[in-house]
Amino acid sequence: MQKPTIIEVNHVSKQFADGKFALNDVSLSVQKGEFVTILGPSGCGKTTLLRCIAGFQTVSSGDILLNGEDVSQMPPHKRPVNTVFQKYALFPHLNVFENIAFGLKLKGFDRATINNKVKAALKTVGLTDYEERDVDSLSGGQQQRVAIARAIVNQPEVLLLDEPLAALDLKMRHDMQMELKEMHKQLGITFIYVTHDQEEALTLSDRVVVMSEGKIQQIGTPTDVYNEPQNCFVADFIGESNILSGRMIRDKRVEFMNLEFDCVDVGFGEDVPVDVVIRPEDIYIWATDKTVQPSQTEYDPDDRVPKGKFTKWFGVVQSSIFKGVHYEMIVKTSDGFEFMVQDYHEFVSGTEVGMLVKPEDIQIVKKEHYIYNYFDGEVQKNGKVRFVDADWDVLPERIEGKNPGEKVRVRVAFRAIDLQDHEEEGTLSGEVHFILFKGNHYHLTIRTDEGNDLYVNTNDVWDDGDRVGIVIHPEDILIDSLAN
Amino acid sequence: MKQLTEITLSRRTWAWPYVLFLVLFVVLPLLLIIYYAFTNGQGDFTLYNFIRFFHTTEAVNTLIYSLAIALITTIICLLLGYPAAYIMATAEFKTPAVMALLFILPMWINFLLRTIATVELFNMFGLPLGEGALLFGMCYDYLPFMIYPIYNTLQKMDRSLIEAAEDLGANKREVFTKIILPLSVPGIYSGIVMVFMPTVSTFAIAELLTHNKITLFGSLIQRSFGEGGIAMWNYGAALSLIMLIIIALTSFFDQGDKDDAQKGGLV
Repeated sequence: MQKPTIIEVNHVSKQFADGKFALNDVSLSVQKGEFVTILGPSGCGKTTLLRCIAGFQTVSSGDILLNGEDVSQMPPHKRPVNTVFQKYALFPHLNVFENIAFGLKLKGFDRATINNKVKAALKTVGLTDYEERDVDSLSGGQQQRVAIARAIVNQPEVLLLDEPLAALDLKMRHDMQMELKEMHKQLGITFIYVTHDQEEALTLSDRVVVMSEGKIQQIGTPTDVYNEPQNCFVADFIGESNILSGRMIRDKRVEFMNLEFDCVDVGFGEDVPVDVVIRPEDIYIWATDKTVQPSQTEYDPDDRVPKGKFTKWFGVVQSSIFKGVHYEMIVKTSDGFEFMVQDYHEFVSGTEVGMLVKPEDIQIVKKEHYIYNYFDGEVQKNGKVRFVDADWDVLPERIEGKNPGEKVRVRVAFRAIDLQDHEEEGTLSGEVHFILFKGNHYHLTIRTDEGNDLYVNTNDVWDDGDRVGIVIHPEDILIDSLAN
Repeated sequence: MKQLTEITLSRRTWAWPYVLFLVLFVVLPLLLIIYYAFTNGQGDFTLYNFIRFFHTTEAVNTLIYSLAIALITTIICLLLGYPAAYIMATAEFKTPAVMALLFILPMWINFLLRTIATVELFNMFGLPLGEGALLFGMCYDYLPFMIYPIYNTLQKMDRSLIEAAEDLGANKREVFTKIILPLSVPGIYSGIVMVFMPTVSTFAIAELLTHNKITLFGSLIQRSFGEGGIAMWNYGAALSLIMLIIIALTSFFDQGDKDDAQKGGLV
């Protein structure tokens, strides 16, 4: 049964004064009573989206409908939504009662009604008899509860929560998560919850909205986004994944690590480069030497391998870490591909193992870009070519017959971009913006200081946020004429 | 040798010059004022100086008049200063610092020079010197002392509190009266004290801007010491003590505020 839509975000963009897009054509609809989580790393635009819904920020384009009414231009105090702020934002000059009663007093309720409502709200958040307390005297968790009570006491149609648990310690956070879920059930209010914690998002929500770079990457139930990630970002951000470059041979048949596998995905076309996502817990692992026994006793080597015709591959365990319930092992194949495998049995470092994955556990993801970076370039007077806001030396024969000022298409292979530790050694400098381990190499997104993105494949290990110098050798810069 | 390094390096050693300074220029003068206030020319204990003050209608009236002038100055400064501080703290100015600088700029010049310049300005425009000029000059001199503490509290205020109030249904006016104003009270207190205290005891501004026509309490004290000769020192000391007590009372009024953390930056 489809419930009525309460919030509709239609093609909303938010551009800040510096020209950067915090939100880029975001569309989302939320049903009445739903618990929706907006999940993403910091700077992905999730808080901006929430602030646009609350009315603290205006949208640059697009509109936001609340119960079918366009509220894009409505000031925050007129919107039937309430917000729980990340740092609580309790009024320090008012006590607990006055904080919670703030909204009710503005709406002109009489004293008795206010009293009853505040008492009820305090009871909901488990702070009965805290009315007279000074807010500064409360612990972080208690302040959080007051902030929630202050919002829900107004019986908003939508409750917006901006990373409300981020400041609490782990144990407290888990308790509050359960309480929030309980409150959501009890109150029947629509919750829109912003977090960067993927576990929190999966635990709490009916639906998860995964955001990155101001765009929605995927919307789905927690199981959907975990089991069926639509792209590498989602696969990498939510849970652990093995991500490899592959090739779709035809429907239901994929190749990676130079092996062919059956899979269940269709519609990618034939002979199309794709990314392959395999969750570490979906890999079956067994010792190839049947005399080798893993740490546990109940282990039947023949029972480890599912019956059927599956493609198997082999490797040697590199490391093993106990993770409480399972062991997390890194296995390396003879071709140099590394896999993360999770299993209840431990295969110690050095064990030769076989692995397989069932077709339904192979997730095929469309490649958004592959092999080459493409840039718009312009031939310069000095024989250089200008692209990504820098002038580059190129082989003279590649721009033969081209006049200065002529626009060209520049192509640089991911592999051809050289990263230097020292920024000054590069023609350009930038920052490692996103890292994806592809089994036997890293796929990096480098953001230059001018804000251009370059994709780089490398075997070197870099960290998120590392400053790098970018070098591209003249022979690696391919120039294509623009088709007129 | 070891002992010597210990003496030169210990923090206590560094404090000695300051202690000496405080004793010589703060504690000792204060004690001298108290001594002179409670003695007569021969050095015998007496309350005559105070009795004389309270029996001199003119002197008591001067005190009341000075307090009134200080109060009016403080009120005008508050009315002018609060909006200025508010605009500076909230304006979408790219550089509120520029505006802050403009307010502080006059303070780079000695206030006596500024006051003399004010006199010249009044003369140039043919405006009469007197009470009006006095109030103008006082406000002109002390306005920055009102703006700064208020600006500091407003600027340090958490923006999310304003958003929270809006979120709970407060319009712009309600946000101001229910959140911004109550939270800026510590700054207002500081500003009031910063303006009120010096204006009570001022005399140079009054003399220059009124051609000595209006006598303020500060002038009264100054005359007791300056013109009255040594015979008047005891009376002057008593007047100083009365003024000190009044100033002390106003700063207690400020200390009464419970939350020191949110105080404006100047006191």
